[in-house]
Amino acid sequence: MTDEPTTPADADPPSGAAPGVPEAGEPASDPTGADAATGPDAATGVTAVRGLARRGSRQSRRPGAGTGGAGGAATATRAGSAATDGAGREAPRARRRVTVAEVLADVPEDAVIVTRRLTKQYGDFTAVERLDLTIRRGEVFGLLGPNGAGKTTTVLMLLGLTEPTKGVVRVLGLDPVREPLAVKRRVGYLPDNVGFYGGMTGRENLRYTARLNGIARSDAEAIIDELLAEVRLEDAADKRADTYSRGMRQRLGIADALVKQPSVLILDEPTIAIDPSGVEELLALLRRLVQERSLTVLLSSHILGQVQSLCDRVGFFSAGHLVAAGPLDELAGGSDRHVELEVAIDGPPSDIDPVVRRVPGVTDVSPDPKEERLRIVTGSSDVAAPVAAALAAAGLTLIHLRRRGTDLLELYRKYVPEGVDGRAR
Amino acid sequence: MAAPADTSRRADATRKARRAERAPSGGWRTIAAKELADHLGSIRFFVLLLVIAGFAALPMIFRSSELSSDAPKLAGAPALFLALFVTAPQNFGGFTTVTFVALLVPLVGIAFGFDGINSERSQGTLARLVAQPIHRDDIVNGKFGAGIFVIGLMLTALVIFIAALGIVRLGIIPGPEELARVVLWLGATILYASFWLAFGLFLSVVLRSPATAALVGFGSWLGLTLFGQFLLPLIAGVLFPATTTTLGGYAYASTQTAQIFLRISPAFLYQDIVQAVVNPTVTTVLGYSNINQAIADQADRIPGLLTVDQSVLLVLPQIVVLFAITAAMFALAYVLFLRQEVRA
Repeated sequence: MTDEPTTPADADPPSGAAPGVPEAGEPASDPTGADAATGPDAATGVTAVRGLARRGSRQSRRPGAGTGGAGGAATATRAGSAATDGAGREAPRARRRVTVAEVLADVPEDAVIVTRRLTKQYGDFTAVERLDLTIRRGEVFGLLGPNGAGKTTTVLMLLGLTEPTKGVVRVLGLDPVREPLAVKRRVGYLPDNVGFYGGMTGRENLRYTARLNGIARSDAEAIIDELLAEVRLEDAADKRADTYSRGMRQRLGIADALVKQPSVLILDEPTIAIDPSGVEELLALLRRLVQERSLTVLLSSHILGQVQSLCDRVGFFSAGHLVAAGPLDELAGGSDRHVELEVAIDGPPSDIDPVVRRVPGVTDVSPDPKEERLRIVTGSSDVAAPVAAALAAAGLTLIHLRRRGTDLLELYRKYVPEGVDGRAR
Repeated sequence: MAAPADTSRRADATRKARRAERAPSGGWRTIAAKELADHLGSIRFFVLLLVIAGFAALPMIFRSSELSSDAPKLAGAPALFLALFVTAPQNFGGFTTVTFVALLVPLVGIAFGFDGINSERSQGTLARLVAQPIHRDDIVNGKFGAGIFVIGLMLTALVIFIAALGIVRLGIIPGPEELARVVLWLGATILYASFWLAFGLFLSVVLRSPATAALVGFGSWLGLTLFGQFLLPLIAGVLFPATTTTLGGYAYASTQTAQIFLRISPAFLYQDIVQAVVNPTVTTVLGYSNINQAIADQADRIPGLLTVDQSVLLVLPQIVVLFAITAAMFALAYVLFLRQEVRA
């Protein structure tokens, strides 16, 4: 009567197997060959490696970091078994069945959120395809991508609010499909477009959440008071929630997600539709909370710069695929690669050329094709400081100096090709 | 190979921890309590209470003055207390408390259900709600429970009001038999309201906009109550075209259709139940539950009074079917909600 609906029929997520426990008697490989690829899925509770070929080439082209610290092994395995087919078309090939234990074998000890080969289909539409994600304890992970890339779907699958079509999810070692309540008790969630009961005050809304979490009344009051102070809503706490501004609602939403004292926080578009100063405030709040409470955070956003400062690692999502993931500077190419600087001065840009060319390490200076006032300075190492010094020494006033590549927008352009899917590449 | 052993130990630990902290039992009660508070403080509740109390008590208030003048004639009449509920005052279009309630109760049921789920969705609270450690069905159960409670509260208040008026103004003291009949009527009415509440919830699950759900809900209520009787021959005509059958065959077929319709239409089922329950002289109801009753109806019979249990027995099939239809309607809303995606 009172169980979440779990329809194990077609879904591949494993049977009640505990996380990481090997399933005895499950063959590691299925030598039935090409027939198996078209035959009915006989595997019970095992993630079938179906459609591997479809995106093998894309996967193996990802930057080495894979999905972060733990991704390396998985990426390698996949690249091996996929045996990249150049055309990217599906070819009949032997399908290998993989046990949950195998899939989760490379998961590090301190992983909090793990997805492996996670796929969600709505009819013919694939919202998320073969997502491998590993988020470790204490990490702030930014999931970036345009609207409709599958970010929210991923988040819902992590919380057990929607069922994966295929693949494995573990949150704090728990399977959200099997134990949604246990997961939801430990994970705070700020939904995209969060709303509150307008007729109730902010405090009453939080109180309701506390009651739904089974928190004792006396404890709840203390927690709520503390949280309201933390998100600086003490003054508005006893006003009706429908009088709140967007930014206030978002802050109340964060307090609401924290009422259950979670160890993991999932924020879906936390900065959407808030004015710039509100965003700053919200990010400062999040930064403080993350530090104070040593939370593991997954936050999704389509607004790039806003989350840049908050995230330890980011993943780029495009049309259901995670196209790149890793620490920001690593994705940006790191310090080993050449550096591009945008330089502009108060005066004709051609004045820059002779000065900058003399700076050691600078390999090229060229006008920017789009913005005529800019000069693009290419260096073999980080030459920003010497370039600035040289310009100053030459009596030129520097009005713009920016390192290219570290900006999320450029990364975004790099990893999320226009026209969304991989065809552009 | 230390890793598997280690992970299994970890899994073991988490499993133990899980057992320790069970789901807050009865998340639906928390939701029901909140919904109830919302309902009781809402303008909707106030208006509906006014409408139902006003309209349903009106005939009784008018009637009471007539009753007191008729009192000598009525002395010794059966079930005088029940007369408060079932008699219509003069120049009142034949409306009694019972018919008014029958007319208005679907409205109340729909009114408390039509925005149950979709308003949560449009407010953006549904995603927050389902992310709490409660079962998803707690939401729909809690809303249904709160709705039934509010409707029950309203109707009980109405009955107590009428009974009190009868006792104070007319000095009619109900006997245990009459009291039992009134309670039965109340129960049947709440059951009937629950059907419409479930229907409202169903609409709130299926239709994303509360306004649309309200329109569809009230439309069906109006359609069924006003045009129900006209629909009957229409359906019969479609199912058994008169051209292809003899006149007798047609009559038979249309009667058959009417029977089927009467047996599953909640409005007619409720009508039957109420007829038998509030009036001890009623020995047959519209939808015959078996052939014996149909035969008995043709026979001359000695007018007499039925006891409460006999009256209940008379309409037991109707009660069971109404219950089943209500349960089915709720189950439909329930299942659809559970299978629905959370995101709007």
